[in-house]
Amino acid sequence: MKIVIVGCGKVGSSIATELNSEGHDIVVVDIDQNSVKNLSDSLDIMGIEGNGATYDVLIDAGAESADLVIAATARDEINLYTCLMAKAAGAKHTIARVRNPEYTNDLYRVKDQLGLSMAINPELTAAVEISRLLRFAGALEIDAFSRGIVELIKVAIPQDSLINNKKISEIDILKGKVRICSVERDGEVYIPNGDFVIQGGDRISIVSKPEIAARFFRKINVSIGRSRDVILLGGGKVSYYLAKTLIKSGTNVKIIERNAQRCNELAEILPDAVIIQGDCMDQNLLLSEGIEHADGVAALMDYDEENILISLYINSVSKAKIITKVNNTSFDNILDRLNIDCVIHPKNLTGEYIARYIRAMQNTVGSNVETLYRLNEDMVEALEFRVRKSSKITGIQIKDMSLKDNLQIICINRRGKIIIPQGSDVIMPDDLVVVITKHKGLSDLDDILSRH
Amino acid sequence: MNKRIIVYILGWVLIIEGAAMQIATVTSLIFNEHEGLYFFLTGAASAVLGFLAIKVKKPKNMVLYQKAGFAATALSWILMSFVGCIPFWASGEIPSFIDAFFETVSGFTTTGSTVLTNVEGLSNCMLIWRSFLNWLGGMGVIVFLLAIIPKLGGQQNIYLMKAESPGPIVGKAVPHMRSYAALLYGIYIGLTAMELILLLCGGMGFFDALNTSFATAGTGGFGIRNANIAAYNTYYFQTVIAVFMLLFGLNFSFYILLLTRKFKQAFRIEELWFYIGIVVLSVAIITINISSIYPSLYDAFHQSFFYVSSIITTTGFGIGDVNQWPELSKAVIIIITFIGATAGSTGGGFKVSRLLILCKEVRKEFALLVHPRNVKTVKMDGKTVDHNIIRSTCMFLVVYMGIFALSFLLISIENKDFLTSFTSIAANLNNTGPGLGEVGPVGNYAGFGIFSKAVLIFDMLAGRLELFPLLLLFSPSAWKKA
Repeated sequence: MKIVIVGCGKVGSSIATELNSEGHDIVVVDIDQNSVKNLSDSLDIMGIEGNGATYDVLIDAGAESADLVIAATARDEINLYTCLMAKAAGAKHTIARVRNPEYTNDLYRVKDQLGLSMAINPELTAAVEISRLLRFAGALEIDAFSRGIVELIKVAIPQDSLINNKKISEIDILKGKVRICSVERDGEVYIPNGDFVIQGGDRISIVSKPEIAARFFRKINVSIGRSRDVILLGGGKVSYYLAKTLIKSGTNVKIIERNAQRCNELAEILPDAVIIQGDCMDQNLLLSEGIEHADGVAALMDYDEENILISLYINSVSKAKIITKVNNTSFDNILDRLNIDCVIHPKNLTGEYIARYIRAMQNTVGSNVETLYRLNEDMVEALEFRVRKSSKITGIQIKDMSLKDNLQIICINRRGKIIIPQGSDVIMPDDLVVVITKHKGLSDLDDILSRH
Repeated sequence: MNKRIIVYILGWVLIIEGAAMQIATVTSLIFNEHEGLYFFLTGAASAVLGFLAIKVKKPKNMVLYQKAGFAATALSWILMSFVGCIPFWASGEIPSFIDAFFETVSGFTTTGSTVLTNVEGLSNCMLIWRSFLNWLGGMGVIVFLLAIIPKLGGQQNIYLMKAESPGPIVGKAVPHMRSYAALLYGIYIGLTAMELILLLCGGMGFFDALNTSFATAGTGGFGIRNANIAAYNTYYFQTVIAVFMLLFGLNFSFYILLLTRKFKQAFRIEELWFYIGIVVLSVAIITINISSIYPSLYDAFHQSFFYVSSIITTTGFGIGDVNQWPELSKAVIIIITFIGATAGSTGGGFKVSRLLILCKEVRKEFALLVHPRNVKTVKMDGKTVDHNIIRSTCMFLVVYMGIFALSFLLISIENKDFLTSFTSIAANLNNTGPGLGEVGPVGNYAGFGIFSKAVLIFDMLAGRLELFPLLLLFSPSAWKKA
């Protein structure tokens, strides 16, 4: 695909690196000659110097025939304006890095004018990734659908689980709220129907709301390594987003932040979190706040050195799962050798996230697929469709549909209400429907019906 | 320095050269000459050696930094010339090794200066190899490698391109180096084919037309006739060749812009207009200056047009003796020898774009004399030229003058007349080929001794690689590990 990236900062570079390794035609644009030169000399891509929000520079970069323009400069407004200009120049899709949550919430109103396929927020992405690690440390894979309302979670079933040797139709734990949608056994993937028998050692993927998934796993003896008491060191943007998601899933969150004013702000916007004003690098403070007994700690301060140092310290006094935010990726190999569990690079995550999105986009050109995920080592695809009025499958009970083999409807999102479909459910126009299948390249919801 | 990757690149260069030599083998089969055997054997040996080099010492990492990129390019040019000269020498058609080496370097660097007094005495397979050297050297073997080998030089392969492509600013016009290199070769092959067809349409024999097209494309200037292009004595042939010389002397990014239909941008390239301006002015001066020697004004124009395009593009084709021209015309010829073709073309010389940058820098200096606090930037094609580029252009000029002075000093040991010594260095350092005096378009370099030839060989390589990559090989710090 032809991709233009405006802005060669950390986010832009990480996106370019990720996409370059997949062989896309990439042009990077930046107003600073040196950043362009450094990036285009170190990767097999083309560099254009200039203001990427101007029409001429975008045309120079080939935006008129580009499949995608990614705006990743330091400012939200410039990014959105760049997308608008890129759309005017003829770019097919745009992605903007938008940090400010106040803008993110309104973006859907101007989505079409901007040609915006996705708005990405590096801090939010990092927070989602960290919360995943804290909530489901034992999960093998987690993918979010319907803007994060439902998740597809893959876990390994232990030998002593309640559901072993049971048919799927006989499992009545949280029936109607949880659905087993794929089973991996001996390297083979099955899309199971009701008669499928689960065995110990299977790797199953379930779809449900995050909080329900946690209850389900507890009931079937799958240890998911959930952290109940989490301490966040540093009260920056990532902390804020992370605290918000963690609180929503019922975790106790404590934030330690040095700056008193920021503490006040946090206390205001996160009423359910415990905000501690103090220096995170103070051992006594950490001990008095019970760092030894926390299940999870995330070091999210501004300086990498502090984060690394404090993680090493906590590792020596506590059993908590520790997540360390590191911005500089140059010394990864050194970090691997230190006693640090889990390192998060926010800017890199953004690159990976966009790369994943583009991979999916490539497959869905010209279809009405909203989201696509490759699961189980690419053997299974989960696709999210928007149901059109003209669709052939509306108004029929699911049990009366003649679906293809190895295919299931696993979730229906009806204006924000999540339905884990049973045989008697009916699909209506405008629903968002998630389908899981081993067939590749479905482009329309009607394709799920078998031909005869 | 990552020496393994250098060996790896040299290995590929050997394979490509071995393959390229087979064009001579095939020619020998067609003409039923047994000299083709030398090409076959040398080519096969070269390919086997290259294959061993890439297989046995496959580099662990493909990361290539600037230093290794420059060294690999410079070494591959020396190696190619060495391998390329073996058939000439082994077959005995050019009995002296230094002569064979000189001829090959001259071919690869698209200089076109020859030590042969009787070109027609060579067998056809030698002739086609000579012309093919011009063609291959024009766009460059490394660029060819970049086009065919995926991931050569890793992500930093721009450094290979920088070492081989002429001009002060080397960039890509498309995102992927591989497709960019392929695009360059595509345009190169396309233009060569166009010339071949036009020459064939005019009734030139296929073998002559092919050789001439190869030599024109690389702006090399090797002919297969003793009289060079004067042997094709029609206005049509000579005009076609003159026009194509000018086309090959033009920045290839111009053609890329044309192909991508960015006409406005294409014709905004300042270097293009400066180049055309120099050509028009030189042709005009010489035409008027020599009009009395030739029977008609048109003849004078024809001579002048052909010779100006031959010299400014550093091709070095000749259609007659210019030693009889008045001094003013000779002076113009010498000056445009130095200017050379445009950046990003197959031509050599100082490059029009460097001259343009320097002119603008000088103008800026004048402005500073008048208004000492004046703040001004140098712009090209509407974009600000980075201070680093201006600095390296100035340094290029200094080193260029230095090498010129030193070579001039060394060649003067030969005790030739001033014009011959001076223009022989000018013609070889700028990859033009013929100079004036004894080494004029009808003369050759056979009269020089071994030492002088060695100096000229160095100048040719230095000129083609634009000085620094070759000089880097002589810098001890380049070979240190850290």
